[in-house]
Amino acid sequence: MIDTKKDFPIFKNNPNLIYLDNAATTQKPSSVLDAERDFYENHYSNVHRGVYQLSQEATELYENARESIAEFLNASPEEIIFTRNATESINLVANILPVSKNDKIVSTLMNHHSNFVPWQLLSQKTKAKIEYLSLSESAELDVEDFNKLKNATVFAFTHASNATGVITPAKQLIEQAKDAGALTVIDAAQSAPHLPIDVKKLDCDFLALSGHKMLGPTGIGVLYGKKELLQELPPFLTGGDMIREVTIQETTWNDLPYKYEAGTPNISGAIGLAEAVRYLQRIGFDELLAHERDLTSYAHKILPNYVDVYGPAPSKKLGILSFNVQGVHAHDVASILDSKNIAIRSGHHCTQPLLNALGLTSTCRASFYVYNNKREVQSFVDALELSHKTLVK
Amino acid sequence: MDLYGELILEHYKHPLNKGVLKKPTYSRREANPVCGDVVTIQLLVEKNVVKDVKFEGEGCALSIASASILTDFIKGKTVKEIKSLTDEALVEMLGISVGAVRIKCVLLPLKAIKNALG
Ligand SMILES: Cc1ncc(COP(=O)(O)O)c(C=O)c1O
Repeated sequence: MIDTKKDFPIFKNNPNLIYLDNAATTQKPSSVLDAERDFYENHYSNVHRGVYQLSQEATELYENARESIAEFLNASPEEIIFTRNATESINLVANILPVSKNDKIVSTLMNHHSNFVPWQLLSQKTKAKIEYLSLSESAELDVEDFNKLKNATVFAFTHASNATGVITPAKQLIEQAKDAGALTVIDAAQSAPHLPIDVKKLDCDFLALSGHKMLGPTGIGVLYGKKELLQELPPFLTGGDMIREVTIQETTWNDLPYKYEAGTPNISGAIGLAEAVRYLQRIGFDELLAHERDLTSYAHKILPNYVDVYGPAPSKKLGILSFNVQGVHAHDVASILDSKNIAIRSGHHCTQPLLNALGLTSTCRASFYVYNNKREVQSFVDALELSHKTLVK
Repeated sequence: MDLYGELILEHYKHPLNKGVLKKPTYSRREANPVCGDVVTIQLLVEKNVVKDVKFEGEGCALSIASASILTDFIKGKTVKEIKSLTDEALVEMLGISVGAVRIKCVLLPLKAIKNALG
């Protein structure tokens, strides 16, 4: 059992808070907050610009952060582009790929809107075909549908679902997409906080994640892209930092990864994210996942029988519980839990195609992380009982 | 528990004016962007006065209670009176204090009614 609550100031300041909305965003450990504060108080200036000492320190801290993230994903630093979040990372890719009307994009009904809408739009703009992998009853990707990957030129999918916690067979999917010659884009916004990720082993072309979902600050995300591809593809945003030379006639692009980082970046965010990754590595991903599964299995075991749970068994998913209390609207459940200081999410979780496929409009979602414990799971279930008692007609 | 007092629970469990009108003057469907819940309001208006009103839709306790209390309130009121009804006045009728997200559930029926009346 890992006990980490003391590392997170929010719980000192809100001693009764039971925070179970970790799939939306996570709380921050002191080490992350300290790293950002240290940067602002001792080393703050812009990066890659000044020749003076302070700017060199800032540049070094920023580039060290990039190296930490590269190591974390088993990539090289020039393949790590800092963005605002996973949404921006995916939009960046969708904006630079050379898609035209003879292409076929394959997406999935599991995708978060941020990995759904950009491809829908790209297909509308280019007249490229778009197809979707559908879902099985347990909200996993339907294996029968994998043959849609034949002739695909782009395949954008989700490593782990934020709505149900389902973990997809990423390696197998990427292999099949590669066989068809497709470029692969994997949304790791939910997986990176909980599972070790190795982009070489996955052999994906692009991977997106958000810092705030893995103990890091808001406003910092990552796009990993294979070097050979990023070198060939055009830039996305243009402006300062990303250029080599600008004349009235033409502009040439800076080296990787700077070609994709126009303007002053989120320096403190990158530094904070690197610190968050170190925190997670100290705990260890095996330990972390085991802890979360332990809590999820416990929840599955003690849930009353008037609670419907969506998705597969705990061993096939992250620590996410997607459910409805029979006869009670998800928002009412969440409000009643809120009255007991328990934070869960209710609604469509930015995955309307997924919920539609399951015949639902909204669910409640409890998602566990490093600082949660069994006592909190018990309080959560007690509050569900209260919601049932109060609102069932 | 502030939100789920007697008034709200009573109107949620036994809502007034649920159903459809045979010949509505106005009809309006409105969706809540937060949860996708939908409410449909039908109004019978004669000489600028609301003679009858019905609502339909699945939703949370707050949106159902709000629709029930609001439809009851507007019966017999003039279109002008209804149009000048403020969000705050509705929240006061419900007797709850509600946060920035759930307020959308409460206001959904009012939005539908105002949009129906043009
Ligand atoms: C699976 C998944 N993809 C993408 C995103 C988008 O993340 P962000 O809002 O940080 O860009 C989320 C966050 O909700 C997510 O859960």
